[in-house]
Formats: sequence, structure tokens, C-alpha cells
Amino acid sequence: MLSLKKLLLFSCAVFLAVSLLANDTTREVKHSGFIPDADNAGITLPAGFGALSVVDSLGIARHLSVNSNGDIYVKLERLKNGKGIYRLRDTNGDGKADQVTGFGNYVGTGIALKKGYLYASSNKGVYRYKLDANNQVDTASVELIVKGLVDKGQHNAKAITLDDAGNLYVNIGAPSNSCQLQDRAVGSMGQDPCPILDSAAGIWQFKADKSDQSYAEGVRYITGTRNVVGLNWNTSNNELFLMQHGRDDLARMFPAIYTNEQNAELPGEEMLEAKQNTNFGWPYCYFDWQQDKKLLNPEYGGDSKKQGRCAEMARPVMAFPGHWAPNDLLFYTGTAFPEKYRNGAFIAFHGSWNRAPLKQGGYFVAFVPFKDGKPSGKWEPFAEGFAGKDIYNPSDALHRPCGLAQGPDGSLYIADDVKGKIYKIGYTGK
Amino acid sequence: MKKFLLVNFIVAMASAVCLSFVPAKTEQPTLEASIKRGEIVFKAYCLACHQANAAGVPNLYPPLIKNTYVLGEKKALITIILKGLMGEIEVNGATYNGMMPPHNFLNDQQVADVLTYVRNSFGNKAALIKPAEVKPVRVKLKL
Repeated sequence: MLSLKKLLLFSCAVFLAVSLLANDTTREVKHSGFIPDADNAGITLPAGFGALSVVDSLGIARHLSVNSNGDIYVKLERLKNGKGIYRLRDTNGDGKADQVTGFGNYVGTGIALKKGYLYASSNKGVYRYKLDANNQVDTASVELIVKGLVDKGQHNAKAITLDDAGNLYVNIGAPSNSCQLQDRAVGSMGQDPCPILDSAAGIWQFKADKSDQSYAEGVRYITGTRNVVGLNWNTSNNELFLMQHGRDDLARMFPAIYTNEQNAELPGEEMLEAKQNTNFGWPYCYFDWQQDKKLLNPEYGGDSKKQGRCAEMARPVMAFPGHWAPNDLLFYTGTAFPEKYRNGAFIAFHGSWNRAPLKQGGYFVAFVPFKDGKPSGKWEPFAEGFAGKDIYNPSDALHRPCGLAQGPDGSLYIADDVKGKIYKIGYTGK
Repeated sequence: MKKFLLVNFIVAMASAVCLSFVPAKTEQPTLEASIKRGEIVFKAYCLACHQANAAGVPNLYPPLIKNTYVLGEKKALITIILKGLMGEIEVNGATYNGMMPPHNFLNDQQVADVLTYVRNSFGNKAALIKPAEVKPVRVKLKL
């Protein structure tokens, strides 16, 4: 009897081991465990890439950052169950979040991990949290790093990034379209000089490790940017790069100068290399990507051709069609993706509203190849199909890309701020 | 040549005087005509933000459909279009924080027409607004 029991136990053990090994083999075949969803999480990617849904309805998920242990931290623009930051943890290696934990009672956009700290922004300032001995956020360690920044609703997202020298860069967007006396009102001309430039429309530099800084402790790093939601430090040439949201409403304000067709394409959304003290020209100038020139805004006497003072303003390193709303920028430093992606830029375009009545556009993630810190080729679509087909009305968009992050395994994460779906993109070679 | 011009002038003046006795062809305050004119105003000044289907832009510009501001009290609605609106508002359970500029450059007829159009399009159904209802609001707001 005893030997029969032993035999049964042994058989069970063998069966279990074989099953586990069989499982392992399946995972091996799928390349380091990355198994895309059967529907590819609803998006299309270049050949060899796949996508899975980490979570599908986190809320208004803006930017995100992934820790060295794979934990994903997501910043929300509306509180969900009273929390504004969520940590997503995958405990079984299938890429899906099994533990979802919230903390922080403020809304905002920016989030970044750097040297043992998590930085997260509200619409007025920046907080940071220490990572503890278990490599996770110690919520009790919260510290206010930057405070008292302009927040008037419009363009208030304080997008952030950090360099390797202990500096924190914060976008302070202009609460305005083009610094008219009466913002966005037909017939109201531009203020010259524009008083908004005193406390907004630029990137400010702060110390990453100093509490309670405000404007007085900050350095105005660059000026003349209307609003920047996507920014990142490019470690391959040690410079700050920005994605600028160009101005709205050329045709509604100046129908005698611009057609609806021109309004849909202009101005260009700009990728800027932001060397310290550069002036990019807002509110006086906009970039016309079709003429490849910075032109004078019509609120300042422009006529769609005149350059005036804008001839001296810094040019973008690349420009994109109008109103696509680039909301995040990431330089890919992993090795999991093929060679052409190394050090290149991914851009999360949120998608337009100001191309109406024409078809809207730009609800996708683009890729720009880079060499030695400069674009080395044209931009191309990378991830598409978030919004659905033929979007004329932005409220019809099912998902809109807003945040980008790179995982420790070289995968790319994308946050959607319609439903709060988080996508994980991996390279399977198939 | 001079004589010819003078004759022309006299004829023109006489016509003008005569015509002034004919009742002017006033714009009928009918719903249909007002909606038609209002659509032109909507396309020029409202569509860019509120969109062609009036469903708005998530988080920025509210939908004008089943919206209590649009379908509700006329004076409050006329005030919004003349003065604009700033700050977070809630419509149908969602919040919006885009800014709306003043549209006091539109005349009373245009304001009445565009509001009548919006209140009777996109599935909305509400009473028309007359220019005479816009005027006292504008006077009170000094716009």
C-alpha cells in the first residue's frame, strides 16, 4: 500500500514537472516571455512588434514611468478613488498588472523616476518620493520640490524631465493661445511685449533635490514656447528636447488670410532642441512647415508670408502637421528593439481638435530615427489605430496616446488618457 | 456728363424716399429662417471648438447636446455667448476646463440665430431666441 502511495506521488511530481517545463518552453518560443494579446491590444505596429494591454481603464492616464523592477507609475489628471498616482505591478510575468495601488491626492501630468526618487507634478508644482529598500515608493517620504507655478487652467500641465547633473526641467505653458489682449477673441490683437512671458511660456530649471523652490529659485532655461507636454533629456548629446504645441485657430481668427484647409495643417507641431537661453518665438511667431519658415503671427501683423522678427528665432529640428498635439517624447535607449530604433525618438501624439471641419488627425505614436543627437531620417508611424477610423469629432476617439515610457526589458509603454488603457509593446521578431 | 450724374442722383434719392414707405422686409422670427442663419454663424465661430457634431472636445470644450446651459434659461445662455466662460464646468457628469472667449462682436440677430440653431439641432429641442431678448442682456452687461 505504501509503495503504491509513493508511486502515485512520484507520478504526480513527474506530471507537474513536465507541465511546468512545457509551459516554460511555450514562453521561450515567445521571446523572453512577451506574449501579445490576441487582438494586439487593438493597435497596429510594424512587423515583428506586438502589444498587450497592461490595464484597460485606469482613468485619465497622462504620463508614466517604469522602475528597474518593472513597476509602472502612472500620473492621472482626475483622481480615481481619491488617488492621483497609481502603481501597476505584474507579479506573474505575463505583462498584465495584478496589483494596482493608488497614492497622492493631487491631479497632474508629469512623472519621472531618477536616482532613487519618483518625481510627480501637480498643475502648480512638483513632488518627489523616495524609493525604499524594496525599490518601491515610500509614500510617507513625500517632499514638495517646486511650488507656486502658474495654473490658470489652460495649458497647465507641468510636464517634467531630469538630466544626469541633478537638474529638474518643468514646462510652464502659456495660459493663452497667442497672447491677445482678450484670449481667443476674434478681433483682439497681440500684446507686445507679451506680459505672460514673465512667468510662463518656457521651460524652467530647478534643483532636483531641493525643497520648496518657486520662480525665485528656478532658472528660466529657454523661452518662447507656447506649451510643451512632451519633453525629455537626450543622453546621447546631453541636450533637452521639447515637443511644442503650435497655436490654434488661424482661420477662425483671420478668415481673410487663412482657409480651413490651411488652418488644419498650420502651424507645424515642432520638435525643438532646447539649448539653454534659446528663444523659440511664441507669441510673436509660428512655424509654417510647408514654407519651412518661422512666420509672424497675424495678431502681430503677420499675413501668412511676413517673417519680421521671426527670421531670428530658433528653428525646430523637425516639424509635423498642425494640431496633432505631441504629448510625450521618449529617446529609446534599450536593445530589445531592432538597431534602427536605438537612440531614436518616439512621440505620443494625442490627436487634434482644431482641424475641424476637416478630418482630425494625429492619434498615434510616431518614430524619428536619430544619429548623434540629430534626426537622421523622416518620421514614420509606429503605433496606430488607438482612436478608431476616420475621426471627425474628437469625442469619438476610443483611445488617445498621451504618455510614453521604456521598461527595464526594453519594451515600450504607452498611456491612453481616454479610458486609461496602458499598452506594453514588445519585439517578438514575428 | 454732369447733367447725367445729377439726374441719376435725383432718381436714386427719389427711389430711396419711395422705398422707405414700403415696409422693410424684416427677417421673420420664424424658427426655420433663424436656424438657417444660425448655422452660418455656428460654422464660423463655434464649430472650431465645439465640433461639427456639437459633441465638444473631452476635458476642454463641453458638448452642446443635452446640455442644461444650452437648453435652460435664455438670459444665462445669452450671457455666456456675450461674455464668454472661464474655469472648470460640469456637463453631463464630465468636467471641462477650456476657455470660451466673449462673442459680443456678434449683433443681436446673430446671437439670437446661433442660439436658436444650437437649441434646435443635434437632437436638441428648445424655444427660439429673439433679437429683442438679446438686447436687454447686452445693455445690462455693457457689451
